[in-house]
Amino acid sequence: MLAVKEAQQEAGPGVRETVLAKFREVAGAQGKTLGPLTDALVLLESGLDSLCFAIIVATLEDELGYDPFTEAEDVYFPVTLGDFIRFYERRPA
Amino acid sequence: MSADPPETLRAALAASTRLDARWLYGASADVRLADLAASACLDADLTGRSVLLRVADPLYAALALVALDGVARRIVLCPPDLTDEALPGVMATAGIEAIAFDESAPVEAAGLIAARIALPSPSSQAHHDPFPLAGKGQGMGVSAQAAKVGRGCKPANTELAPPPPPPPRRGEGSPKPTEWVMFTSGTSGPPKLVTHTLAGLTGAIRPSDDAPIWGTFYDIRRYGGLQILLRALVGGGSLVVGAPAEPFADYLTRAARLGVTHLTGTPSHWRRALMSLESRALNPAYVRLSGEIADQAVLDALKARFPRAPIGHAYASTEAGVGFEVNDGLEGFPAEFVGRPGAVELKIVDGALALRSGRTAGGYLNTDAPALDGADGFVDSGDMVELRGARYHFVGRRNGVINVGGLKAHPEEIEAVINRHPAVRASLVKSRKSPITGAIAIADVVLADAGADEGAVRAEIIEACRRELAPFKTPAMIRFVAALPMTAGGKLDRAAAPKETAVA
Repeated sequence: MLAVKEAQQEAGPGVRETVLAKFREVAGAQGKTLGPLTDALVLLESGLDSLCFAIIVATLEDELGYDPFTEAEDVYFPVTLGDFIRFYERRPA
Repeated sequence: MSADPPETLRAALAASTRLDARWLYGASADVRLADLAASACLDADLTGRSVLLRVADPLYAALALVALDGVARRIVLCPPDLTDEALPGVMATAGIEAIAFDESAPVEAAGLIAARIALPSPSSQAHHDPFPLAGKGQGMGVSAQAAKVGRGCKPANTELAPPPPPPPRRGEGSPKPTEWVMFTSGTSGPPKLVTHTLAGLTGAIRPSDDAPIWGTFYDIRRYGGLQILLRALVGGGSLVVGAPAEPFADYLTRAARLGVTHLTGTPSHWRRALMSLESRALNPAYVRLSGEIADQAVLDALKARFPRAPIGHAYASTEAGVGFEVNDGLEGFPAEFVGRPGAVELKIVDGALALRSGRTAGGYLNTDAPALDGADGFVDSGDMVELRGARYHFVGRRNGVINVGGLKAHPEEIEAVINRHPAVRASLVKSRKSPITGAIAIADVVLADAGADEGAVRAEIIEACRRELAPFKTPAMIRFVAALPMTAGGKLDRAAAPKETAVA
């Protein structure tokens, strides 16, 4: 259990980078202009639409192996990019 | 069916109460229902005609529906995404004789009657009425709030030269009830046109005493949105009407400012609302979802965000009409709904839900389309269900239709585009579950030459799809595979694809 937690903590920054890279990749592929990716960025004002977020969540699930939207015990929809990243970082064990 | 269905929409509106205090709040103008009830809103006589309703601002569609029901023989309600290319086929299928349009959407109408839709002028002002209704003395028009700054549409009444029309009179319209024609969402090939009547469309609506202010994330030209427009007009409420040109956040802000009490949309709409700061200003008394599977996560999230509001999810489709509502906060629906007598009857045939009621569509206009219902009057929904304990859960569409946020994509039409790429031998498009849009379309592709540059082919396929298909139909992911599953008959085996499908 402890080992799992440590592994996740170590994985923390990696998750952030993976998420940010995915935002840029999907924005590029979908022809969207992305604003500066700060933690305070409101997702719906990021220039991405629901379809983009659906693609981001699906491809992140393939790359990270989990989808916190589906797995989360508590119901939660992130509003800012910071929320979104923390959502992936605090994945329940 | 209600016991006493309204004869026409205008009659139902006139018979409802507090018209002075009820409104259609549009993105460009607000219309008081008393003024709407008293105005013709059209500058041509379309009595007995088959009318294409093509507008940019859905508010004008609402005005035209009131003006035309009971007058026109047929009203064809163009959805916002209907392309100009699809128009000739639609017009031929529906025998269109006239086009009703708004300020911002003039239409080439050679050989057809062109009717402009105008806002009614407010009865409190001394404006002349551009298109007065026979027997009504008062002036009509736009509300004082109509000239909103920075919006797309301008108040139309000040600009229009008023050719006094032969005013349609009640009782003088077509002898049969006006046929309302709607489009099935996202069909392949030429769109399918589904016929309804006002009586069927309003069958699930009960008058309300508390004058709800409705809001809907649907376009009112789609079945889900039209239901809410009719609830407001016939059921005693008001409606905040959105427009394609209005940003989602602006609609949320407007809905909150106007004090929306009853708010509806697809689960995908709601997930989007939950992800926006503006939705925090909303305080609805009732929240409703329809058009897609409402999963437990979105139901729970809405309950947490709007603790005072009952959260209901409804089963409805353009073809089957309003089926039933589930108000216990749980996904799926109670097994006892099936087989019980009532206005809407449900049965399960080979795992698919079938419905019979007076609210189902009358049929398809397209002559090559199959009959909508079977000999026993049940309409096959194509939605597959599974009994788990005492509840049925939706598990997918029989024909593999992919429901992306309430918009339906046929795998075959996407595959057709992919298969046109010279490097592609075959492709299989299927649904993948999404917590954001319910489902997304993904593609498995077999290359003709295994040595081809996968990255380049993927980019070219995406580009072709984007050029030829609506954005939601472009595959979200493309995977290259060695082979696709085939049936014994040599067809693509869609059933062999993993069950990742979501449903209407």
